[in-house]
Amino acid sequence: MLNYTTKETYERSALRVNPAKTCQPVGAMYAALGVHECMPHSHGSQGCCAFHRMFLTRHFKDPAMASTSSFTEGASVFGGGSNLKTAAKNIFDIYNPKIIAVHTTCLSETIGDDLNALIQGIDVPEGKYMVHCNTPSYYGSHINGFSNMVAGFIRYLSESSGTNNGKVAILPGFVNPGDMREMKRLAKAMGVSYTMLPDTSGVMDAPMTGKFELYPKGGTTVEEIETLGDSALTLAFGKAASEAPAELLTKKCGVPNKLLPLPIGVGRTDEYIMALQSFTKEEVPYSVDEERGQLVDVLIDIHPYTYNKKVAIFGDPDTVLSITEFVLEMGMIPKYVLTGTPGTDFERSAKELFMKFGIEGCKAKAAGDLFELHQWIKEEGVDLLIGGTHGKYIARAEDIPFVRAGFPIIDRYIHSYLPLVGYKGGMRLAELITNAIMDRQDRDSAEEDFEMVM
Amino acid sequence: MNAMSKVLDQYNSRVYKNRKEHMVDVNNESDNVISANVRTIPGIITQRGCCYAGCKGVVIGPIKDAFTIVHGPIGCAYYCWGTRRHKARTEKGEDNYLQYCFSTDLQEPDIVFGGEKKLKKAIVEAMELFAPKTIMICSTCPVGLIGDDINAVAKWAEQEYGIKCIAFSCEGYKGVSQSAGHHIANNQLIKYVIGEGDRKITNKFSINLLGEYNIGGDGWETERLLKRCGYEVVSTFTGGATMDDIANAHQANLSVVQCHRSINYIAELIEAKYGTPWMKINFVGVEATIESLRNMAKYFNDPELTAKTEEVIADELDNIEQDMAYYQSKLKGKTAAIYVGGSRAHHYQFLLNDLGVHTVLAGYEFAHREEYEGREVIPFVKTDADSKNIESITVEADPEKFHVYLSEEDLNKLKEEKLIDYYGGMVKDMADGTYMVDDLNHYETEEFLKLLKPDIFFSGIKDKYVAQKSGILSRQLHSYDYSGPYSCFRGAVNFARDISMGIYTPAWSYVKAPWKSTPILEGTVGGVEAC
Repeated sequence: MLNYTTKETYERSALRVNPAKTCQPVGAMYAALGVHECMPHSHGSQGCCAFHRMFLTRHFKDPAMASTSSFTEGASVFGGGSNLKTAAKNIFDIYNPKIIAVHTTCLSETIGDDLNALIQGIDVPEGKYMVHCNTPSYYGSHINGFSNMVAGFIRYLSESSGTNNGKVAILPGFVNPGDMREMKRLAKAMGVSYTMLPDTSGVMDAPMTGKFELYPKGGTTVEEIETLGDSALTLAFGKAASEAPAELLTKKCGVPNKLLPLPIGVGRTDEYIMALQSFTKEEVPYSVDEERGQLVDVLIDIHPYTYNKKVAIFGDPDTVLSITEFVLEMGMIPKYVLTGTPGTDFERSAKELFMKFGIEGCKAKAAGDLFELHQWIKEEGVDLLIGGTHGKYIARAEDIPFVRAGFPIIDRYIHSYLPLVGYKGGMRLAELITNAIMDRQDRDSAEEDFEMVM
Repeated sequence: MNAMSKVLDQYNSRVYKNRKEHMVDVNNESDNVISANVRTIPGIITQRGCCYAGCKGVVIGPIKDAFTIVHGPIGCAYYCWGTRRHKARTEKGEDNYLQYCFSTDLQEPDIVFGGEKKLKKAIVEAMELFAPKTIMICSTCPVGLIGDDINAVAKWAEQEYGIKCIAFSCEGYKGVSQSAGHHIANNQLIKYVIGEGDRKITNKFSINLLGEYNIGGDGWETERLLKRCGYEVVSTFTGGATMDDIANAHQANLSVVQCHRSINYIAELIEAKYGTPWMKINFVGVEATIESLRNMAKYFNDPELTAKTEEVIADELDNIEQDMAYYQSKLKGKTAAIYVGGSRAHHYQFLLNDLGVHTVLAGYEFAHREEYEGREVIPFVKTDADSKNIESITVEADPEKFHVYLSEEDLNKLKEEKLIDYYGGMVKDMADGTYMVDDLNHYETEEFLKLLKPDIFFSGIKDKYVAQKSGILSRQLHSYDYSGPYSCFRGAVNFARDISMGIYTPAWSYVKAPWKSTPILEGTVGGVEAC
């Protein structure tokens, strides 16, 4: 397994090996799926759309419906304008969405298609919408693509009527529908009325009914996006995924925003609850107190199995940073934290966390890849690996327990329905981590040390 | 109105006109002419992929010791990383890079100022870290637009390191589907690899297994069977293959072709250059496998091989007889619709037939007309601008390496029987009243499933859950839903087991909640129970 990976460090500047990121458009497609009656549209070659739909379907095990401009060589030379025009007509005709959300690709970006102009030249039927965002694959990662699409919806649709509607705009970041449901449940428990954008719950975790729905029940409606401009406050989760759209909503409609980390673990969920409380100025209900207390209770219970265990975490920046803080809360040592997404904030934030918990000797890297992470692990091993499916090769090569968390998880089921966020999500993640470590102890212990009670 | 008219009826006139040509209500009294390998209309939710997917994903990707660098932004490399189940074992002394993903991860400045420098640097780093003997470069959309000369970089790498380095200009926008990528990959393998090997081949029953990508271990099962019969498999294109296998393909005495679409160029060019004829076979389905083995034995025309072939067939049949009978009893009378690639939609009809399952609709994602109607239509296929853009190469007979196994007379006889250099396509094996649909899109899938109500829909991951959400079992025939092998005799049993469990899994019976069919209010009307 991964036999060519050796621990000797080697500075690479051109060859990316086993990436920990993918390209912008897939993030944009995922964001657009979180809008009700929306057709995500990929303006580029057919392959882009096929790959992204394939990838999202493999993660969610649910249909990811999207259309494409089906560029040919001619379109690549003469521009994709006529392809987009034809596409728009056919999409409205055949699939009848309320809104088409176009994202670009490296192809249409390289030839310089001006989507603002192209969309203006399209005859969009009455009561229908067409929006876009630019997602050049040669910049950033799928997280930027997600962020750009959310901003795209706001740029085109959100307006301020001058009347505050008393709602909180929740930008959940690049998370699973299970996480979005949990964030909404907590907001509701705190008595806050909200609009979440995007909201893939009810879309990418739609129930089995015996009837396929091209546009399932879930998703933020166009009307909700329009009135986001009247929100009293934006809570934006995750700097990488949500800061840009939150700032745009502030700039465009004057909605103040508060940037929060993804609410994974005790402290970061506390921040969410405190933000909600400072909005409502009401007591936190006992039900929330109880959940929090349960999580802290289990963390104390399981500490003999987690304390001082070394862990490597990789994935998307917002997710990795929050999981990092959670494992620190569990007394673990986040020996290596790595994201493929470029950006300077990640390493700084990770180092702040190491300092906050007084931990030394941990490494953090943005724009890294799994080859490098594996080299670090070979240099000095860890007790646990946390990340998406692609980590399974490292886990097997080094015989390390592995917890799947984040995106993408294409080799397991059900994960996208269940949260990592909130106190409940924390309990789930704590269970996954403890089970992985304890299963390993059971597997490795001598027969005479095999414990009935642990 | 038949199902086809009902589906088409809902299109606007322009789409109607286009899509009508891609559908055939099969009637074997008529020509069953279909339109294929042409552009998909923009905006249509097609399942088709791109040229890059056909080249890197399908043909080049499985070659285990080729160090393949995807030259472009990160996505294209990422999506092809471990996602197609072309399995490969590593024998001692061999390289195998299939667990890795290599990309130049082009960034904005590279797009603006050109990516050649980064590609060269990536090759330097690959050589220092991995020291591969072969590097392949596959370019993606923007690379073609910014004009990076990847062929020049490949030449440089060969000179600098004394390795083999081949460039594939398989930008996604070329052609109309994956098919263009197959062609580009075929061209480069014939130009730069096939014919270079000098492995000693002693067995005269030597074959190439073309168009077998070893998905789920299909190739291994087929090779096991062929070896049992007495064949030597010189090369498999390209499932589990090494560069050396491919380099030696010219030495075989027969090429057998499983997937015609993706590899027919190589099959023909090997024959033209080295004299090895090709035979269309199919190792999916029990009857199909038996027929294929017998046809191969007929070509080699050797009493011992023929006897051994019959002995193996009898034994393999004996081994699966009980299982097959059991699954036939579970599946007989069921109906299926199939929409896959460029050959499986045909092949799996044989296996379904073995199990008593009737195929009501079949379609290909990226086939040409010959996969539907047979190679006899090739002279009548119009070439359009999209196919003209893909280089079509011709080769001369190699004066030293050209070899023949059969006399011209014997070979011509087999050609007349359509056993050699011929593929009859799918339609001849489909019953009247069934449907053949090219580039079946999402809307048509949904509508046909509603109208035809098949018990199983065989397709890919993108539409699998569309079918299942509507209550129809769907199995992926690209990836076999992570199962397999499905080839030959034992594979048939695996396949039958998998679809039986799909149909009989208890969860289907819980789709409707009990309260949906039970009234909330219970009461009596005039002393009689109302409900």
